Amino acid sequence: MDPMDAIKATYFQECDELLGDLEQGLLALELGTGDSETVNAVFRAVHSVKGGAGAFGFEELVTFAHVFETALDDLRSGRRAAEPALIKTMLRAADVLADFVVAARNGTSPDEARGRSVAQELAMAEEPAAPIVERRTDEFGFAPVVVEFDLPALESTPSPWQVRLQPLSAMYAKGHDAILFLRELGRLGEAHTTLIDDELPPFDQLDPDKSYLRWEIELPADVDRVRIEEIFDFVGDDCLVSITQGAVEPATSTPAAIVEAVIVEAPSAPQQVPLVSVPLEQKADVAAAAAASPTIRVDLDRVDRMIDLVGELVINQAMIAQRVTESGIARSSAVAIGLEELEHLTREIQDSVMAIRAQPVRSVFQRMPRLVREISAATGKLVRLVTDGEATEVDKTVIERLSDPITHMLRNAIDHGLEGPDQRLQAGKPAEGVVRLAACHRSGRIVIEVSDDGKGIDRPRVRDIAIAKGLIAPEAQLTDEEADNLIFLPGFSTAAAVSNISGRGVGMDVVKRSIQALGGRIAISSKPGQGSTFTMSLPLTLAVLDGMVVSVAGQTYVAPLTAVLESLQPKPADIRRIGPQQAVLSIRGAHVPLIDVAVALGLRDHPIDPATGIVLLVESEIGGRAAMVVEAIHGQRQVVIKSLEANYRHVNGIAAATILGDGRVALILDVDTIIEHQAGKAEPMRFARAS
Amino acid sequence: MTKTILTVDDSRMMREMLAKVLKDAGFVVVQAEDGVDGVRVLAECSPDVIITDINMPRMDGYGFIEAVRGTEQHRAKPILVLSTESDPDKKNRARAAGATGWIVKPFNAESLIGAVRRVSA
Repeated sequence: MDPMDAIKATYFQECDELLGDLEQGLLALELGTGDSETVNAVFRAVHSVKGGAGAFGFEELVTFAHVFETALDDLRSGRRAAEPALIKTMLRAADVLADFVVAARNGTSPDEARGRSVAQELAMAEEPAAPIVERRTDEFGFAPVVVEFDLPALESTPSPWQVRLQPLSAMYAKGHDAILFLRELGRLGEAHTTLIDDELPPFDQLDPDKSYLRWEIELPADVDRVRIEEIFDFVGDDCLVSITQGAVEPATSTPAAIVEAVIVEAPSAPQQVPLVSVPLEQKADVAAAAAASPTIRVDLDRVDRMIDLVGELVINQAMIAQRVTESGIARSSAVAIGLEELEHLTREIQDSVMAIRAQPVRSVFQRMPRLVREISAATGKLVRLVTDGEATEVDKTVIERLSDPITHMLRNAIDHGLEGPDQRLQAGKPAEGVVRLAACHRSGRIVIEVSDDGKGIDRPRVRDIAIAKGLIAPEAQLTDEEADNLIFLPGFSTAAAVSNISGRGVGMDVVKRSIQALGGRIAISSKPGQGSTFTMSLPLTLAVLDGMVVSVAGQTYVAPLTAVLESLQPKPADIRRIGPQQAVLSIRGAHVPLIDVAVALGLRDHPIDPATGIVLLVESEIGGRAAMVVEAIHGQRQVVIKSLEANYRHVNGIAAATILGDGRVALILDVDTIIEHQAGKAEPMRFARAS
Repeated sequence: MTKTILTVDDSRMMREMLAKVLKDAGFVVVQAEDGVDGVRVLAECSPDVIITDINMPRMDGYGFIEAVRGTEQHRAKPILVLSTESDPDKKNRARAAGATGWIVKPFNAESLIGAVRRVSA
């Protein structure tokens, strides 16, 4: 990649982070939880976006960012108050800024009309005197410094330049060195330099921080004055400089008298520069600085490689452990004890490596306020989004897939959950609805909750729809929980309410499916008139899985523990045959289909008697439950997931593979496909035989 | 002799860009991501020129320049400010803190290198 392209890529990556910070900051200000540091951070974010945009010549982006920055600077300096209306405008400006960044990234032209209108709003409350202009005119800000003084009358033949230089000690204190000026002057032409050291004290009285020397330099007349001045661009008034053309007057012994120059900032600001030192707000805490913990950025591939290796290590360790047990070595032997320590260390390494990939869910949560604003604007409902637990960490691969389900749940909560302002007021609630998005860790999983204080699920209506669509029998007796969960059934869509917000042809069943694909679960609880809460829980990583090791037709398989609700040994009396191949199991009064896993995978032609085996009660994406028949359960184990697609190819009914402690490959069952397939047709899925 | 430049900027992109421009011109580049980090780096190395941003979290450019000027080792190091700001008040504040020069972003490579050469003995 071209180095500049790489830098550009970095810039856009950084923009994403900055825009996230910007929005977070503005939201904090809106809630009144922000302070002056929040304002600074918000300002910095826009400022950095602008800085980079300038470097790459994204003019529209620069222009808009500049207006935004100016408004923020007013806020920062206290010229404008953080009024709700202003913050709201700034939130919109943040959205526009994000759009401009996207446009710059894609090389498309941004919506300039929208940019202009928001820019106008931003500038509205500004003092009329403050014009919105590009300030990027001069390359060197201290420059050019114009030194004015009384010029002697020009003679017909130009005389050489006389440059007098008297550094003040402040000049040296700012990192300048007189030798550099002399060197530069020497480059302009033949220079005759005189050192005046009459102020130099005896050595024992010399103060190394003081400036005692000055110089007089004669330069050829044809040198351009501007080029002489340029050399002193940076130095400002820390060095007394006079540039004259004409006869040399004898140097006086009072050097301050040499220069009576008025130093003026030019050309844009013709006022006199105050020579006052400004008190600094921020004192450097050097000790604290040295103690700050550094971070490094690591290529994701390297981390993934490490995770792979650690996975191998875990498998290898399990294999050795099994061999040692098999060889009958005593548990108290040094080998067994050493092995136990190895196991402990291996687990710790695994946890630490997983922790490297863990990231806070903040990056996903940060995208949501904008979504909520847009849905709010589209539906006319007043919504306040409250987020909690943004720092909760989860594996990067999981984070990437969280965005869609959360988006859907939020859309659903606002579109279907919340009432309009009038309706809310009638119900005695504040006009503004609250949607809460929260994350936390619970028993080794990440739990994400989306709750609203809306009307709750309209159970009679949901029930009517389910009956009308043939999803449940009219006489079905449902608990509240069961009724609520009807909305997850495929084909259930509160058609009357399908809008372009929650609509898009995606129902809660799809949300549920995508969550289950990640090994997660979703549930809903609702109180009429008080609101609903969607709770989804996901594994913290997709690299390992808690599995139940089972035997199917004499081979070892792993069933994901998340899919298994319970395991039981069925009584013959609970099994009802409904055909030569099919049967159902009665569990506490409910009937669930029995699926012989071996038959489903094509390992044998006829099902075994379920009563001789073990039944795993599982839940599938279809929302229904099923009882999977296996021969035996060997226990629960955390297994390292190996992709079958990456190493072989996709196999129906199989989600992935793993390597067991004895070194054998075991396939991980894809419970959903097995049930779905069984529900559709009785043909077994061939080619799923384990090696 | 090869000169070492310390760049202090909270923008990774800006750091990368500065590093590229300076490395292409034959300088050795050390990076820090804000004032606090810059102070930490200065405890370990001694650059010939320091280029710093102004708007940074934790410790801004003014604080950083003051901190550098307060050290025995680096108090006379040339420090160039590289900022999108070109407000005279801010420049004066930087000068008061001890900045050697001021370069306005976006910079072009030549003038940046020129400025660095002009302040490095």
